[in-house]
Amino acid sequence: MSTLGRASASVSEVIAEEGLLGDPVPLWKRAWGRLLRKRSGQVGLIMITTLILIAIFAPLIAPYGPEDVLIGVEDVSRREAPCVHILGCDSSRPQHLMGVDGNFRDAFSRVVYGTRVSLMIGLTTVTAALFFGVLLGSIAGYFGGLLDNLIMRVMDVILGFPSLLLAIAIVAVLGPGIQNALLAISIVTLPAYARVTRASVLSVKELDFVAATRVLGGSKWRILFRRILPNALTPIVVLATLGIATAILDAAGLSFLGLGAQPPTPEWGTMLGSERNQIFSAPHLVFFPGIAIMITVLGFNLLGDGLRDALDPRLNS
Amino acid sequence: MNALLEMHEIKKTFPVRKGIFQRIVGQVAAVNGVSLSIERGRTLGLVGESGCGKSTLAKMLVGLYPPSDGEILFEGKVLAGPDTGAEFDATRKIQIVFQDPYSSLDPRLPVGDSIAEGLVIHGIGDNKSRRKKVGEILELVGLPPQAGDRYPHEFSGGQRQRIGIARALIMDPEFVVCDEPTSALDVSVQAQILNLLKKLQAELNLTMMFISHNLAVVKHVADDVMVMYLGRVAEVAPVDDLFANPRHPYTKALLSATPIADPERRGERIKLTGELPSPINPPPGCPFHPRCPLANDRCKSEVPALLPAGPATVACHAVEEGRDAA
Repeated sequence: MSTLGRASASVSEVIAEEGLLGDPVPLWKRAWGRLLRKRSGQVGLIMITTLILIAIFAPLIAPYGPEDVLIGVEDVSRREAPCVHILGCDSSRPQHLMGVDGNFRDAFSRVVYGTRVSLMIGLTTVTAALFFGVLLGSIAGYFGGLLDNLIMRVMDVILGFPSLLLAIAIVAVLGPGIQNALLAISIVTLPAYARVTRASVLSVKELDFVAATRVLGGSKWRILFRRILPNALTPIVVLATLGIATAILDAAGLSFLGLGAQPPTPEWGTMLGSERNQIFSAPHLVFFPGIAIMITVLGFNLLGDGLRDALDPRLNS
Repeated sequence: MNALLEMHEIKKTFPVRKGIFQRIVGQVAAVNGVSLSIERGRTLGLVGESGCGKSTLAKMLVGLYPPSDGEILFEGKVLAGPDTGAEFDATRKIQIVFQDPYSSLDPRLPVGDSIAEGLVIHGIGDNKSRRKKVGEILELVGLPPQAGDRYPHEFSGGQRQRIGIARALIMDPEFVVCDEPTSALDVSVQAQILNLLKKLQAELNLTMMFISHNLAVVKHVADDVMVMYLGRVAEVAPVDDLFANPRHPYTKALLSATPIADPERRGERIKLTGELPSPINPPPGCPFHPRCPLANDRCKSEVPALLPAGPATVACHAVEEGRDAA
C-alpha cells in the first residue's frame, strides 16, 4: 500500500462539496429521539417506568406485607371498603387505600406487590419466547428448504389452536402453578416471534451488504448473527413490547381460572379470581386489580406503538 | 498469454419450482456457456440488456453462486467448478463493488467497521493497524479518514459508493468486479466515481470486470468489451474496434440505440422487434434469431460458435458467412 499517499484524492474538496459536519449519530440514538417525540411513546414510557419503580420499591410503598393477615393485628372487618383519611375516613380507623380482602389482607399492598409478579411474568415469558422464536425463525429463514418447512409447519400447528385454550391444555397436563403457566404462555406465543423473525430475515438476507460479507468469506453464523439479525430486529422489538402486554393478560387469565399463580401469591389475576363472587358486595376487591392490569397492558401497548413509529425504516433516510 | 482470469464454458442454471411440493418444472439458464479470459491489468466491459446474465456472471466470479457447469481459473488455478461448489479460497484477491450503494452497507455499523470486516474475517492485523488502514483507504477513495466513525445514513450516494470501493480495495485485491457501480447515482456523481475507478486501477494495477448497461460508461473505462445476449456471448472486441466497427447484429442494434448528440448522424437507428425471449425456454439455434434482421434457416437450428473476425470474436452465422455486409 505504498501507493496510498500518492493516490489520496482531494479530500477537502469532497467534504466541502457534500458536507460532513458534527458528531456521528448512531441509528439507535435517532430512533430513541423519535420515540421521545411521539406522544404514545412518552406516555407509554412514563407508565412503564412508574410500574418498574413501583415493583422495585414495593416494600417501601406498601404499608403491609402482601400476605400479612391483619385479623387480631388491627380492628378490621372482612372485605372492608377502602378507608382513606384525607378523603374523610375516620382517622381512628386504620387506613386501607384499597380496602381489605376476604382474608383480612391489605388490598393496596397486594396490588403493589402484584406489580412485581406481573412484570416478572411479562419479562420472563417474552424473553423465553423471544429467544427460541428468534432462533427458530432465523434458522428457518436463513437456511430455508426442508428445515424451514419443518420448523414453520410445527409453528403453524401451534398457531392452529386458540392461544389461551392451548395454554390451559398445557397447564392441565403439567399441573397448575406459576412456572407451568409461564411455560405455557411462552409456548403459545413463540410462533408469532418465529414467523416475524423468519419474514424479516428473508427480506434482509437478500440485501447487498449481506452478500458483501459472503464475498469476504464470512462464516454462515457471522452472516446470520452479525449482519442479518441486527438488521431484522426492528419488527421483533415492537412485537416483543406488545407481547409483554399479551403475556401479562394471558397470565392473569390463567391465574383467574386458578391455573396460574396460586394463593396467597399477590397476583392480580388470582386476586380477581378469588373475589369474583363478591363483585357486588365488595366491588373494590375486583376493581383495583383490574385497573392495575389495564394500566400495565395499556402502558406496554403505548410503548409498543411508539417504538413501531420510532423504528420505522422509512424514516431512516 | 498472461490471463489472470479465465472462464471455460461457464453455465449457471436456476431451477424453476412450482406447486406445494416445490417440484422442479424447468431450468432458467441465466448464463449458458460463457468463456472468457482477462489479462492482468486490463478492464473488460460487460454489456447487455437486463436479464442477459451479466450480474449472475459477476456473482459466480466472487463466489456468491457456484457455477452449474464449467470452470473458473484464477492465476491458472481452478477457483470454482461444479465439484468445488461454493468453496472459495481466493476471496481476498477477487472483490466486488455493488450496484446499489444504499443496500450494500450495513446501516447499523459505522462504515469503518464495514470496510474493515474483510480484514477481521481473514485475521489480518490487529485493531490498531486495521483502523490505520481504514483511514488510509478512505483517503485513497477521496473521503476524510475520520469518516470511518460515521454511519451509512450520514453519507450521500456517491460517498457511499466510495465506501463500497474502499471495502473492496482494503483487501488488496488483484481483480475487482464492478457490478453497475454507477447506475444508482446521479450523472454528475457517476463521472467522479468512474474517474476514481480509472485512477485507482492505474495506480494499484488492478484487473477489472466492469458491468454496465450504459455503453458510454463502458467506452470510458473498458479496454475490451464483451456483449452478452440471453446468457451467451455475442461479441468480444477491443473497445475502440467495437464502437467503430460493430460486427454482431445485436451489437449494431445496441450501439444504434445510444443517443448521439449530432443531428447529422441521426436516423440510422436499428429498431429491434419483439421481446427478449424467456431464458426458461430459449429459442433453438442462435438465441438472437427471433429478433435478428439477418436470420436465416441455419440461425434457427444451429448455435453459432465464437469465431475470430478481425480483432474481435463474434458468435454469428451471418458474420461468418459474410451475409452481414450491408
